[in-house]
Amino acid sequence: MTASVFFGCTFIAFGPAIALFLFTIARDPLRVIFLIAGAFFWLCSLLLSSLVWFITVQISNKESSSQQKGLLIFGVVLSVLLQETCRFGYYKLLKKANEGLLMLSAEETMPISIRQLAYVSGLGFGFMSGAFSMVNILADSVGPGTTGIHGDSQHYFLSSAFMTMAIILLHMFWGVVFFDSCEKQHWWSLAVVVISHLLVSCLTFQNPQYVGSLVPTYIIVFLVGLWAFFCSGGSLRNLKLCLTCKDKDFLLANHRPR
Amino acid sequence: MGLESSKWAIIFLVCWLYKNVSCNSVEQKIYVELNNTVPCVRLLNATHQIGCQSSISGDTGVIHVLESEEDLEWPLSKGPNPPYMVLLESSLFTRSIMMKMKNESNRVAGVAVVVPNTSPPEFSPHTTCPNENTGVYSDNYGPNLAHCNTTVWNPRGNGLSYEEFDFPVFSLKEDNETEFIKQCYLDHNRAVNGSAPQYPLCAMQLFSHMHAVTNTPTCMRRNDINFSINPEMVCDPLGDYNVWGSIRPYNDTVFGHKENESVVIAAARLDSRAFFWEVSTGAEGSVSGFVTLLAAAQALREVTHEAPPTRNILFAFFQGETFDYIGSSRMVYDMENGKFVIDLDNIHSVLEIGQVALHSGNNLFLHSDPVSRRNNTVNDVVKNLVNNLQSSTAGLGFLLVEPNVSQPLPPSSLQRFLRAQPIPGIVLADHESAFNNRYYESFYDNAANLNLTYPSDLSPEEQLEFVTHTAESLTDVATVVARALYKQAGGDESRVNTIKADPKIVTQMLYGFLVSSNNSWFQAVMAPELKNILKPSPPEYYVGVAMSSTPTRLVQYLLANLTGAATNLTQSQCQKPDELPNESRQMYSYLWVQGIVPPNSTERDSFCVRASVRLTKAVSPAFELGEYASKDYSTWTESRWKFIKARIFLVASRDLEMLTLGVGVAVLFTSLLVTYFISTKADVLFSSTREPASAAY
Repeated sequence: MTASVFFGCTFIAFGPAIALFLFTIARDPLRVIFLIAGAFFWLCSLLLSSLVWFITVQISNKESSSQQKGLLIFGVVLSVLLQETCRFGYYKLLKKANEGLLMLSAEETMPISIRQLAYVSGLGFGFMSGAFSMVNILADSVGPGTTGIHGDSQHYFLSSAFMTMAIILLHMFWGVVFFDSCEKQHWWSLAVVVISHLLVSCLTFQNPQYVGSLVPTYIIVFLVGLWAFFCSGGSLRNLKLCLTCKDKDFLLANHRPR
Repeated sequence: MGLESSKWAIIFLVCWLYKNVSCNSVEQKIYVELNNTVPCVRLLNATHQIGCQSSISGDTGVIHVLESEEDLEWPLSKGPNPPYMVLLESSLFTRSIMMKMKNESNRVAGVAVVVPNTSPPEFSPHTTCPNENTGVYSDNYGPNLAHCNTTVWNPRGNGLSYEEFDFPVFSLKEDNETEFIKQCYLDHNRAVNGSAPQYPLCAMQLFSHMHAVTNTPTCMRRNDINFSINPEMVCDPLGDYNVWGSIRPYNDTVFGHKENESVVIAAARLDSRAFFWEVSTGAEGSVSGFVTLLAAAQALREVTHEAPPTRNILFAFFQGETFDYIGSSRMVYDMENGKFVIDLDNIHSVLEIGQVALHSGNNLFLHSDPVSRRNNTVNDVVKNLVNNLQSSTAGLGFLLVEPNVSQPLPPSSLQRFLRAQPIPGIVLADHESAFNNRYYESFYDNAANLNLTYPSDLSPEEQLEFVTHTAESLTDVATVVARALYKQAGGDESRVNTIKADPKIVTQMLYGFLVSSNNSWFQAVMAPELKNILKPSPPEYYVGVAMSSTPTRLVQYLLANLTGAATNLTQSQCQKPDELPNESRQMYSYLWVQGIVPPNSTERDSFCVRASVRLTKAVSPAFELGEYASKDYSTWTESRWKFIKARIFLVASRDLEMLTLGVGVAVLFTSLLVTYFISTKADVLFSSTREPASAAY
């Protein structure tokens, strides 16, 4: 009965993403549209990088395993760079669209801020990336068998699910940091985003030593998450106020009727 | 225009690239497909279902390689991880082990039998008394001879083929795949010092879901339900075609009794079966008989053209005899109802060739029916036939002897003729009472059973021409049969000794039917559109449901080539011979055959053969009459199925799976809670805004 493995891995991989979608995005149609557009941009980057991969694999020598390994590394690096390029392209597109949206909307102010756009587009990238990583594996986890007859590790499904959760969260955080640094023209933080993406992707070359790839990845998730929190306006003081539930007085200064 | 052509170029490039995709999917990490497996399928008759069945989504079980009969305790009671998939060596594939597993079938998910290349000492999954309810002996006819009361024909039979199993049983060959399975078992499933083996365990899944249930009337009724445009058929009747040929041709459109026509019928059977589906080789059981009859027909060709005998000789090859005499019961039914070119009253006598290849001690036996011989007329004709047979063995080194005791006929097509009318007949066999065949109706009844050995340094073409000892002994039997038939048909006595069967033809037929059907001689005698049925292995002798059995076609074309005449007709004339003055499709059948490849040429010398060889339908009369519960006729049907496959993989423990599910649900709940918390407090958390005029959250 490995329907249990199927559902377990689905919830692990897509749990946070589903929760975020349900509570923050699903009510606002504009956010949904930008989420899907973000997903589409990630898809475009994947299409381009897979086309290049196809051609290089056909040209290469299929027998030589070192050449194939080198080709794999090249493919991963190229794909990361193309994803970040597409993220930048999406940012430029959104900046241009902002003016158009302002003209169309009935209110005087913008219906959606660039920070919300950053979050939504990051999550869109994350959804699509997670889907492509995980759906193939989930489809095969429904059957009665598990990996290992040719000597692979037994924990393939579980570790893929955790990795996918990490990647989805990371894409969301990177989206926030990326757009913020583009707004402020902090090019060095942009470079750090790209480098951390490359680092996480290259950590997966350590598989099947899953400990070696998952633990550093989660450390990076935590660090980048903190950075995104500070970028989007959070601070330790806000966090303390929130957690000790003393937020009511603080709000008076910014109180708006709901 | 430039954009157009570049668009097409890109499309072609993408399509070419797509063709070269190799899939490296997760499925290949998990499953290993087993390709060389043969299932056991479900067959039904009027009252029972036999064979094996799996559940609709396959049966999965932890592999256990059985070492001895005592080791059965592990899968049946002691083992901690039921259900088990039991892997048996062929020496353990016995009735007692299979019955024990059948009784505990909730702990047994299936059985896989490893079939070795060498045969065990004896093995016959058929019953001890073949076709006991559809022969001639019953409570009304020779009651003391019925149900093998006097002679048990197949004492080694364990009846496994006629048992019903509700788990799948597959057979594996002894090759790399089976080694891989055993290695997987040794690596993962062995219990260390009596403790339970650790997960993950090696498991096998077998799919062989059969659609038909209960019995033939039920499945035929379900076939007739017309709910949709494509009704779902669940079973098909077994059957194929009988092949018959005669010395003097008959008009194929004139049926019923023929005045002053007296015919000697020479009969043999074509089919065989085994426990597993379709892998039946029937060397001693059927091939020995029909090869002898084909050789005898060829031996009679010349002498019957020069000095035709008074009576006609009809060579009949019956298909489906294993399953309650499908072919012969149909021919008798057609004769009784005026749907065949002759009638039962036209039959003078019957000579049937049974199993004739294993004669030890140089004696062959002439079996006859004691009950019909009580009638003096019948007895006289039988005695005459016995004399003709015994006198034909002069100078050949063996004798034809009648059995000492009064015993019934062995299972043979003659029994169906006797059911209709007392007809004098003899069955020629190499056994006096019980069969000499130790592998009756099993997958071990192959060339090795007949001691068909070739010197090892011969190429396949040289092996085709090499005359083996088996071929020589069968040639002698064919010579005896031919001479006896000629005498029985009233031919010229002075010419009898010129009748000799050709050992070269016999050995070529034995090679083609038992070693490899794709050889140059069979290629030459077959039609061009049928040359794809010839394969490098022996043909399958199971009668099947598709009405396209290979042995039937081979025997038809061989009989045509060996008894017919080559003509000068062109290919188009061969298809429409009625336009020519001397040719008639009603009297003969015209077959365009490939012919041999002459040396120094690549084109075949094809030509048109004219022979009085016909096919008649061999489907049980029960299906013509709609009497699906008939006790008189064969009611065997074969179930249909969607797909049959087998694969092995590792299974994880139940605990690990539940843990995964638990972790997943915990992650989902935690993230829902945290997100709800963050989203409600979002304006507090993210309050130090950089854009003062931002919208409400």
